[in-house]
Amino acid sequence: MSQHHDLKGRKIIIHDMCLRDGMHAKREQMSIEQMVNVATALDDAGVPLIQVTHGAGLGGNSRQHGFAPHSNEEYLRAVVPKLKQAKVSVLLLPGLGTMKELQSAYDCGARSVHVATHCTEADTSPQHIAFARNLGMDTTGFLMMAHLNTPEGLAQQGKLMESYGAQTVYITDSAGYMLPADVKARVAALRAALKSETEIGFHGHHNMGMGISNSIAAIEEGASRIDASVAGLGAGAGNTPLEVFVAVCERMGIVTGCDLFKLMDMAEDVILPMMEHMVRVDRASLTLGYAGVYSTFLLHAKRASDRFGVPTRDILIELGRKKMIGGQEDMIVDTAMTMAKERGLLKEVTA
Amino acid sequence: MKKIRCALIGSGNIGTDLIYKIKRSEVLEPVWMVGIDPASEGLARARSMGLKTTAEGVDGLLPHVLADNIQIAFDATSAYVHAENSRKLNELGVLMIDLTPAAIGPLCVPPVNLLEHANKLEMNVNMISCAGQATIPIVYAVSRIQGVEYGEIIASLSSKSIGPGTRANLDEFTYTTSNAIEVVGRARKGKALAIINPAEPPMLMRNTIYCQTEGEPDQARITESILQMIGEVQKYVPGYRLVNGPIFDGKWVSVFMEVAGLGDYLPRYAGNLDIMTAAATRTAEMFAAEILAGKIQLKPLEIA
Repeated sequence: MSQHHDLKGRKIIIHDMCLRDGMHAKREQMSIEQMVNVATALDDAGVPLIQVTHGAGLGGNSRQHGFAPHSNEEYLRAVVPKLKQAKVSVLLLPGLGTMKELQSAYDCGARSVHVATHCTEADTSPQHIAFARNLGMDTTGFLMMAHLNTPEGLAQQGKLMESYGAQTVYITDSAGYMLPADVKARVAALRAALKSETEIGFHGHHNMGMGISNSIAAIEEGASRIDASVAGLGAGAGNTPLEVFVAVCERMGIVTGCDLFKLMDMAEDVILPMMEHMVRVDRASLTLGYAGVYSTFLLHAKRASDRFGVPTRDILIELGRKKMIGGQEDMIVDTAMTMAKERGLLKEVTA
Repeated sequence: MKKIRCALIGSGNIGTDLIYKIKRSEVLEPVWMVGIDPASEGLARARSMGLKTTAEGVDGLLPHVLADNIQIAFDATSAYVHAENSRKLNELGVLMIDLTPAAIGPLCVPPVNLLEHANKLEMNVNMISCAGQATIPIVYAVSRIQGVEYGEIIASLSSKSIGPGTRANLDEFTYTTSNAIEVVGRARKGKALAIINPAEPPMLMRNTIYCQTEGEPDQARITESILQMIGEVQKYVPGYRLVNGPIFDGKWVSVFMEVAGLGDYLPRYAGNLDIMTAAATRTAEMFAAEILAGKIQLKPLEIA
């Protein structure tokens, strides 16, 4: 018995990440024009949800995460009116973004939100999830770095988010570390714990080349929402490449509502020319997946490596060992400096 | 030596740690602890350490304030109940040290502006947040040398050290700390970020401070000012330590700090707890010394 038959006719909601996770791959430097070009192409190809913000979401403009050339409001106001069918979503990490910023994004037309916490800290999200629901937004609880929690632990965290009002709970493989069996165990535990009307989503990174297989594994266990990005434009080795995923879905009979050929053309003609570096599995991005490190750390670690002379891979491995999580980008320079001192490449500041 | 008698409101991590800090003081004495859950660990510990307790909230304390001569109260509850707690106790002439993000009174970071508060009779002072106490001294150490256009701080806290109140109200933490970077740190614009990290064994509190200066930073004088300020904070938080920096990129100054606690109530990783309770204790001690010296007299506050 092939499981492929089981998935025939299953409907999946695809959520594009090019204009949010993809901001990381562009050092947060996307122009309004690029945002509008990508969003209208996605809209035309039938992608139902498009995330648009700074890579770190609402409140992301910072020294820590990089300053984008425009505010989130400017991007949203430019993109939302251009769309015919797609809804725009935003990302909000409590501790960085606030309810004021969520209200402002809503006022600019955002109608869906990923409220993201580290996979063990769901209880930092109740006010933001409740606020989003009050606004009538499509509200997702987004459990990041999910490889660092057990299936049972994630089920508990997901139930918390559901109790605050989340309509969808995501398993988020921020490090691109998981293998299909890891994804299956986690999605199955969530499916067993959550109410039947609560949806489950999966957000993958392609650092171990597992974006597609992990997404299919999630669907097999009951996930109905998949984050992906055209040509994989995203942090690390990128997100699950959207056009490839849609092609696989078509072959398996999974219904996405997206136009495969338009997405293929868009990947080649719109996204590839935008890339500052080839977003792909290479020595550094593979290290992220292998060592379980937050994908966004990639370019920060490369810059710290250039500055302090410690190899990128050494910095990333050390960050993994120290169990640094999303949002701790300051610890990349700090760790590189400490390693440089130990290697005699940097002197201590003394009184 | 005579001591000023104190009440602690809130029996969570901060309130409980305060018992240890205040017991060590030469001018403060912990007398009451106020909670809302009779089964709370904090209240049990307070009783075992000789404090009177009530699980009836502030209303359970009010009838005893005058008889027990309570003159200073520390509020470690939440921003939402603080205003009401403060009003009730101020009416009885009790000075409030506010450890919630409510910030209805002036903001206090001891090495930056404690002396400014000393000469005025403040009936409510606010301690901002653990991240504020750990980072604003550094922002100020830069701004007193050279104007700061923008100050941004990142506080990484171990998951085990963050109680349910802070978790459920992260936005208040963000707003209060961002504002204090401007008001006390004297950055033109302030931004605060908090990260809660569940690593085991728990990580020590870390704080990163970024300042963008007006014009090229005077590296030598800023470095000297930061090192001097670290020494000031170490007087009441010995585990406050420079890990890396200051480093300079164009107009940006970056400083990477670590805070180890004394390990009173929670283990040493919870430096965030210590820097908050130590700063509150230091602030209360300054007021207590003024009261004992007869320089200020607490009076019931009439509130319309």
